[in-house]
Amino acid sequence: MKRTHRVNMALVAGTAVVAMVMAACSSSGTPSSSSGSSASASSSSAALTASAPGITATTITIGSHQPLTGVAAPGYDEIAPASNAYFQYVNAHGGIYGRKIVYKYLNDQYNPSITATVVHQLVLQDNVYAIFNGLGTPTHLAVAPFLNSQKVPDVFVASGCECWNAPSTWPYTYGWQLDYIREGKILGQYIEQHFKGKKIGYFYQDDEFGQDGIKGLGYEIPRTQVVAKESYNPANVNVGPQVAALKAAGAQVVISFSVPAFTALLQLTSLKLKFAPQLAVSDVGSDPITLGGLLAAFGKNKKLSALTQGIITDGYLPSLGSSNSWITLFKKIHAQYLPAKIPFDGNVAYGMAAAYTFVQAMFKAGRNPTRQDLLNAINGGLPQGPSVAPYAYSATDHNGITGAYIAIIKNGALVPQGPVLVTDTSPSGAITRFSTPQPPAPASGIPSS
Amino acid sequence: MTLARHAAAALLLAVVLLILSIKLGPFRDFQLAEVAAYVTAVAGLTYLIGLSGQVSLGNGALMAIGAYAAALLLLHLHWPLELIFVASAVFAAVAGGIIGIAAARLRGPYLAGATLFLAVALPSVADKYAGVFGGDQGLTLAITTPSWLGVTFPPERWLAWITCAAALITLVLLANLSRSRIGRSWRALRDNEIAASLSGLNVARMQVLAFVVSAACAGLGGALIAVVTEIVSPGAFTLTLSISLLTAAILGGLGSLAGAVWGSLVLVFVPTYVQDVATSHGLSSAASSNVPIAAYGVVLIIVMIVFPSGIQGGLRRLLGPVAPAASAPFNVWRRHAPASENQEEGTT
Repeated sequence: MKRTHRVNMALVAGTAVVAMVMAACSSSGTPSSSSGSSASASSSSAALTASAPGITATTITIGSHQPLTGVAAPGYDEIAPASNAYFQYVNAHGGIYGRKIVYKYLNDQYNPSITATVVHQLVLQDNVYAIFNGLGTPTHLAVAPFLNSQKVPDVFVASGCECWNAPSTWPYTYGWQLDYIREGKILGQYIEQHFKGKKIGYFYQDDEFGQDGIKGLGYEIPRTQVVAKESYNPANVNVGPQVAALKAAGAQVVISFSVPAFTALLQLTSLKLKFAPQLAVSDVGSDPITLGGLLAAFGKNKKLSALTQGIITDGYLPSLGSSNSWITLFKKIHAQYLPAKIPFDGNVAYGMAAAYTFVQAMFKAGRNPTRQDLLNAINGGLPQGPSVAPYAYSATDHNGITGAYIAIIKNGALVPQGPVLVTDTSPSGAITRFSTPQPPAPASGIPSS
Repeated sequence: MTLARHAAAALLLAVVLLILSIKLGPFRDFQLAEVAAYVTAVAGLTYLIGLSGQVSLGNGALMAIGAYAAALLLLHLHWPLELIFVASAVFAAVAGGIIGIAAARLRGPYLAGATLFLAVALPSVADKYAGVFGGDQGLTLAITTPSWLGVTFPPERWLAWITCAAALITLVLLANLSRSRIGRSWRALRDNEIAASLSGLNVARMQVLAFVVSAACAGLGGALIAVVTEIVSPGAFTLTLSISLLTAAILGGLGSLAGAVWGSLVLVFVPTYVQDVATSHGLSSAASSNVPIAAYGVVLIIVMIVFPSGIQGGLRRLLGPVAPAASAPFNVWRRHAPASENQEEGTT
């Protein structure tokens, strides 16, 4: 009897251990949480009032759902801390009309069920003014209907799904980053022009992200030139069969709509199979610092990070290696507000750029904004900010950034190839050169009111 | 007689929940609805393990079957909710029956291993047939509150009502089942399969039946979760969910319906509460996002040490005379004792 008891306890303890391992944490470093300081700036003119849920005389509380632990956390868990760093910078320099931003981002582990719970908490219990930069297509789809039924502004979703542009069904939801259809068109045109007659293979994630990208590519690349279309499921890390199929089809150029981990797997598997096509990777899967780190970690060899060399990609934010005023500003805020554990990479620039856009919209929404004022501000269009191309925002278009430049990765940084290109999401919409130079970052680092 | 007593208790509980749902804010109502959904699924699992003595790591996948069935019926056929709930339970029960037939041949860890495959494999079916199941991003549904409640009625309260009603009905049915011939048969075969079969019980059939019942509960629980969160996606029904259900059942006290309620309360409230405390105490987000996971583990370990028979068992021990069911968790495994002892005798 005693023996069985021990077996029982071992089984129970084993289950407990498994449970904890399953929920294994994989977050890297993040800074201290947002400061909900009560110190109010001395108001200059009209009194600051509690004009909407989440807005008091001294604070603006916004919320977000982010993958801080779990499979999607590596890399993406830097985005919200980076946004928060920018908000802290704004708070330290007078806030938004004197109000400080309190950014409460909760961990949804990239699980749509948990997203629903944490967003209900943010809206119903914490009374946030808006949901900002909620991350992920499947996760955010779980809450977009709820946010719209509750009339909560759902701004600048961190996903390039074209689905956020639905002003008639989801008037409160706005995209931000370059959507994958536009991105596919811009990448596709470059490949079509520079690799005429070459055999092209597609490698893509089998969901809205990859499918939208392939759709955009298909608008530009002749069907006859495409010799293989191979998709992967993010739950299965063995991409050997797909790479073998691309090789067997004789693909000379492979265009990949993949997340960083799968770009790395594609490259390492290709290396193993002695398959060396020209690689073109979408923006989300090609951040050289993230990708280089993954290549070195997966391949257990630091030299493998050099595989990023020569990848064709695109960028809608200025290249991190450039002396662009926006990058200088973000580097300064990174050094001041983020711990050294978080490198200055594409994720950090992304988080800060999105945060800047939110501050821009809030200044435009006015001194004592209602929720509708924020929508009106965005619907009226926002001036171009950290992105190289203008926004599409209008009452009938809730897409964000409309274009990007083509770049080649050299020595761990994007080297732009040619001008910024802008386009729309339609099959026949032209891809045009956007020659207006990007306005520099304001000297204060804060958008003007 | 028993039915009347259980029904009266449920009615009393229903009144309490009704008042609670009106007093509580919308977010608490939402959590109440989540708890009710989990109670339904955990109650089925706790009976499977605590009464019939079989372990399943696949009940999260059975919840997925119920949830997808509910979503598809709602989106394509626009069935009323009560019919959808019944149909989801039936769908999952059929799946549970098939698994049960296979599982009745297996014991202990082998059975757990066999059900594990379900939890691992099933979510990828949604990716494989993305046209039907919506792939990785799943299916979104919209639940509207009935018009007779008025436009200003908080939708979360309505969700709390329907989920609590479904959970209470499930609990009454399960309580009766436990007191019936079937419940007694399960206990008999849990305690000693050989003795049970010598007494004329069809062991295999009873074990399959236990699987069917627990699958039906899981299916209903899945449908309820689908309605509450308004989305069904593979990411919500991973192996982690199956293990959470198991830990909730163990935490609460195996074989006890009240235990299922305690376990579900821990499952829903501990992570939110701990994260709030962690954030308000100024912990960095890297720490505060990991604290709930650690806290859940700590709670599990402490309960297992202090109350080896779960929260409900512990309460029974503290508050009253020791009820026979309080030692249920160890009875579960006891039936393996003869087998393991035989093996050891064989080797020496």
